[in-house]
Amino acid sequence: MKKLLAAFLLGFIGYYLYTAFAGVPFGENKMEVGKDYLETTVPKTGAVNTVTSIVVNYRGFDTLGEVTVLFLAATGLGAILFGMKGKPEDKHREPSSILTTGAKALFPIIVLLGAYIFIHGHLTPGGGFQGGTIIATGVLILILGIKSFHANHALLSVMESLAGITFVVAGILGLAFGKNFLENILPLGTPGQVLSAGIIPIIYIAVGFKVGAELAGVLDTLMSTTRGEE
Amino acid sequence: MILLQWTLTPELLYQAGTGILLFLLVVAAIFSVVQKDLLMAIVGTSLVSLILSVLFLLLHAPDVALTEAAIGVALTTAIFLIALRKTGRYEE
Amino acid sequence: MIYYIASIAVMLIGLYAVLVKKNLIKIVIGLSLMDAGTHLLLVAIGFIKGGTAPIFSEPGLTADAMVDPVPQALVLTAIVIGLAVTAVALALVIRIYAQHKTLDIRKISSLKW
Repeated sequence: MKKLLAAFLLGFIGYYLYTAFAGVPFGENKMEVGKDYLETTVPKTGAVNTVTSIVVNYRGFDTLGEVTVLFLAATGLGAILFGMKGKPEDKHREPSSILTTGAKALFPIIVLLGAYIFIHGHLTPGGGFQGGTIIATGVLILILGIKSFHANHALLSVMESLAGITFVVAGILGLAFGKNFLENILPLGTPGQVLSAGIIPIIYIAVGFKVGAELAGVLDTLMSTTRGEE
Repeated sequence: MILLQWTLTPELLYQAGTGILLFLLVVAAIFSVVQKDLLMAIVGTSLVSLILSVLFLLLHAPDVALTEAAIGVALTTAIFLIALRKTGRYEE
Repeated sequence: MIYYIASIAVMLIGLYAVLVKKNLIKIVIGLSLMDAGTHLLLVAIGFIKGGTAPIFSEPGLTADAMVDPVPQALVLTAIVIGLAVTAVALALVIRIYAQHKTLDIRKISSLKW
């Protein structure tokens, strides 16, 4: 009965969603704001990747809010799971020596890939969020592969705070030079070079460190709370 | 032979590939909802994310594809699996 | 057009899981499926036939031959927020399981009134 009611409701919602989106043509040019961004991104911001210049420069304030949401989620997760410490030696299987050696060998390469992705965020696809996530994946491999591994939460929170402060200071410097919050104050440089696009690489590197530290902290918090008493 | 020549144009292959991927997307989503074993359901959501990442690449959105591959396929699955290890595996 | 239908279908499948399923992890899976459908829908709306990725990687590229970058930036934000939402929801699920020893929402009596 409940399933029937749900199916009826879904059919209703699906029909109206379909009729709403049937009027939107697929694959046609219907840009209004996007056209302006595409035309002004290279001369105004110096970044080659338009998506990065929208995320960090045109809509930089939104990204600051997003990073704050991520920080609040990490803090809230720590608060929810606080005090849930199970027995340290329950029925986890020991990682095999292949996994341990592989984790140790792979971790620097994964961190290098993540750092490459967020340093070149304004030139190639990628950026701080992707690079930070890849670094967190490397930390996950370490957590899985090495039995006694525990992330250093003090170091992680220092990294995260420094990255957040860098982001805010880069914004306030714009105000100090008589411009808007998060407006570019550095020279733009040649588009296509690594050292170009003003404050975009600085902010994206800060975002990469912040996201990487937060997600690594989240994974470690989740892993260290073991199964509740049986 | 002649039939093969006029059917296998790149445009047609592209459209057929897109159709197959979208079909697999819906099938994987249904699989992850109806499956009673939660481990298989989580593998289903991971498959949804993987297909979604390929589709973003076909839609010329490499940034989004990279994000989806890093977050949807790797991290979300890992968090689900950790949560599953701390709770029960089967849906009653 | 086929993109719209598939993404709406994925959204509805997720909503069905949220409405009907009794297991808490299944409900979180449904939420993440709804997320995925919305992301595909937004990016598909921004697609332009014959366009290329919005990156000026070569000198000859012009703004006319590119897909809309605004939905892509939006979806990039939304995916990261979706991960945060999933993580917090699963932390709540772990906490509820430690308290009640079950994931079945019919048996968790403190959620009723």
